[in-house]
Amino acid sequence: MFARLTGLVGRDLLRDTIAYSVGIAVAGASFGALATAQGLQWWTTMAVSVLVYAGTAQFAALGVAASGGGPLAVVATGLVLNLRHVPYGLSVGHLYWDRWWTRLLGTQNLLDTTTAFALAEGDDLRRAKIAYWTTGAGNAIAWIAGNLAGIAAGRQIASPEAFGLDAALPAIILALVLPALRDRSTLLACAVGAAIALATSPFLTGGLPVLLALAGLAFAWPPKEPEEAQR
Amino acid sequence: MLIAILVLAAGTFLIRLSGPLLRERISLSAHAEAVLKAGATVVLLALVATSAIVVDGAWAGWALPAGVLVGGVLAWRRAPLALVVVAAAATTALLRLAGID
Repeated sequence: MFARLTGLVGRDLLRDTIAYSVGIAVAGASFGALATAQGLQWWTTMAVSVLVYAGTAQFAALGVAASGGGPLAVVATGLVLNLRHVPYGLSVGHLYWDRWWTRLLGTQNLLDTTTAFALAEGDDLRRAKIAYWTTGAGNAIAWIAGNLAGIAAGRQIASPEAFGLDAALPAIILALVLPALRDRSTLLACAVGAAIALATSPFLTGGLPVLLALAGLAFAWPPKEPEEAQR
Repeated sequence: MLIAILVLAAGTFLIRLSGPLLRERISLSAHAEAVLKAGATVVLLALVATSAIVVDGAWAGWALPAGVLVGGVLAWRRAPLALVVVAAAATTALLRLAGID
């Protein structure tokens, strides 16, 4: 069975998925440990991880709650951080828009990394679908298993920073988007966008700077139709 | 808090759902399709830049951007992703261990 899986998915993608999933498992463990240390019941922690299923927003929401923020602040922080999934859905949504259950699972599977892995396959629709689902499955298993391990270990798990994990996840995304930067228009839009995001991030709440980066598109693709000018 | 969790979950699902639903409403030219793809790339790269350089609205320190940079250079030299991940994490972790943060 493993051989068939390797045949369908491809060795490189399988290897990349495993490498990435190990990182997610450690992140998941630290989320489970942090939530437990903050007094969340194990089932509440798991409900958050399965239902919200967005690591960055979960860590941020936990941080807001820990610093005394009310339910409204927790929800607002998480939702603003998650707004970046709108452009993700616009760009890869067609990959899973088939049956009702692929739409349901695919929607929950929409993440920074699954989007990046799918986009990294370029114009090959079949490969992009395989990448989207394979890395998504790896992410789901690793995140849930990591959560459970973290809950069991409680406070004994060190912060993810000690492992340099906060560098690993951006590095993965960077590696995945690099090939797309060979296109000069995309490179220009990304450079302007990153500059905007960096310049605004000291002043704005998390999640908004990366959306403002979309303005970089206007530099690379001067608006032709009014419909496109908005993006 | 349970209600907050459910609202956050439902809101996140709707945000994720909105992209493909919007896509269905509008017919996309090849040009628009390319811009949409670039849009996701722009957001992803901005996410890399901000999460590597800014933490909680302030300078992240040297260890974090150094690790991401090492990973980026390796990826540019076409190193496998596993190596990129390990090298980025190890660089940041070792710098921190050495007291550089």
